[in-house]
Amino acid sequence: MSDVSRAEVCAVACAEAFRGDGEILANPIGTIPLIGGRLAKERFEPGLVMTDGEALLVANPVPVGVDDPEKVIEGWNPYRAMFDVVWSGRRHVMMGATQIDRYGNQNIDFIGPWDRPKVQLLGFRGGPGNTINHATSYFVPNHTTRSFVERVDVVTGIGYDRAAELGPEVARFHRIPCVVSNLGVFDFASSDHRMRLRSVHPGVTIDEVVAATGFELVVPDEVPESRLPTEEELLLIRDVLDPGNLRDADVPS
Amino acid sequence: MTEDEVVGELVDGMTVGIGGWGSRRKPMSLVRAIVRSPVRDLTVVAYGGPDVGLLCAAGKVKKVVFAFVALDGPAAPSLSPSAIPASALLEPHFRSARQSGAIEVSELDEGMFLLGLQAAAWRVPFLPTRVGLGSDVPRINPDLQTVRSPYEDGEELLAVPALTLDVALVHMNRADVGGNGQYLGIDPYFDDLFCMAAERRFLSCERIVPTEDFAKGGPPQSLRINRLMTDGVVESRGGAHFTSCLPDYDRDDAFQQEYTASAKGPDEWQAFKGKYLDVGHDDYRKVVGL
Repeated sequence: MSDVSRAEVCAVACAEAFRGDGEILANPIGTIPLIGGRLAKERFEPGLVMTDGEALLVANPVPVGVDDPEKVIEGWNPYRAMFDVVWSGRRHVMMGATQIDRYGNQNIDFIGPWDRPKVQLLGFRGGPGNTINHATSYFVPNHTTRSFVERVDVVTGIGYDRAAELGPEVARFHRIPCVVSNLGVFDFASSDHRMRLRSVHPGVTIDEVVAATGFELVVPDEVPESRLPTEEELLLIRDVLDPGNLRDADVPS
Repeated sequence: MTEDEVVGELVDGMTVGIGGWGSRRKPMSLVRAIVRSPVRDLTVVAYGGPDVGLLCAAGKVKKVVFAFVALDGPAAPSLSPSAIPASALLEPHFRSARQSGAIEVSELDEGMFLLGLQAAAWRVPFLPTRVGLGSDVPRINPDLQTVRSPYEDGEELLAVPALTLDVALVHMNRADVGGNGQYLGIDPYFDDLFCMAAERRFLSCERIVPTEDFAKGGPPQSLRINRLMTDGVVESRGGAHFTSCLPDYDRDDAFQQEYTASAKGPDEWQAFKGKYLDVGHDDYRKVVGL
């Protein structure tokens, strides 16, 4: 399958983030994470509960970028109910990060000084609440030294160093299962919870990943390649989940 | 009431809460009436969208209390520098105001924001939460205090202070003259909480209907706002434009792009303002073609 795109590899890597989650709300944000989450639910994690991106819980694999797709509604989850889910812990979100550092601290609020930012972004959004309450993964489609940084300008989602400062009791629900970028997959399974290179996407070298990262990555002796989609997964991605190929706009091949 | 009568009740320096969420069901005709008025130095409390952006651009804002200020919309890669969810676009006028240092801000997590409104609605000084601990919310919001559980666990939690509002402005699909309000979309957002957190509460709606007609529109649970929560009603067809007010109408993406383009410079802003903001709602509807 030499024609598999980088975006499709990323979608599968995002799907893998939800493997083993069971019956929780899988809440991937963004095109490729959404494709990934819905792929996971269809192929190997059927217990996942997913939204239509709005206030409905839908049982069927809803495609991205399609107006009025068919929805099998299994529940109602307006924004206010979402906080009940977040605070109960039965959720795994995959957020974006404009900046992320070696301990997994996330920034989606601003670049520069707080009183007069160079670039104002979104705000804290739900980052603090997500990261203190349940599993939070990240998808960063443009892996560079500007996104994988030594220190984030503001901590919107807390990383493992901040969690350690809070202590094991207060931070007992904090967990960052993985970070997926356009270059590889990362986790924090190192002795001191520093970001570790788990796999490189096919066609990417370890040196490229290291050079695009603004801090020292933990690089194990053996780094496997991220897995390719199976034939069935590829059909599902191309024909059902993203028929308009929005994924290539997120991560060009 | 009319939009201008509602805004006539505002005083410089007030704290104004605005319902809706991002580019969804914002009371935009009321917001534009504020833009036309002499009122200034407002503290705006919102799950922010173009309501916040417009008020910032018009120089009405002293301070914004927010967890986000963003537009919803189709993916616009040029506005999404790195990994911002494609469905959330940056708010151009809010960005300008922040980046020029024109406004003060108080930042919260989305859930802390809900707790602040809920505390105000329940008339308690704060509500405890784990949310915010370890993040930079307390660092850049130094007024936030922690509280220790008086029970055996002794856990330390963040005490989110009540977000008490002087005025709340919300938009519903239907209302009656008594101030009962009905939403017919899929999400009530937090409009009832905004109303309950405020001293004075004003509701705009697509259509004022006889009370007995509510049952034709939707089930009793769609009557999220009741007259205990409101002090005045404005009938404003297209009142949420260009934000969405489903099922009456969806977000107007073409207009939103025009709005976004108005942040390019003073000339663009003046042209946009002259065409859409210096006119009353009836003329606005004609110009937009609602």
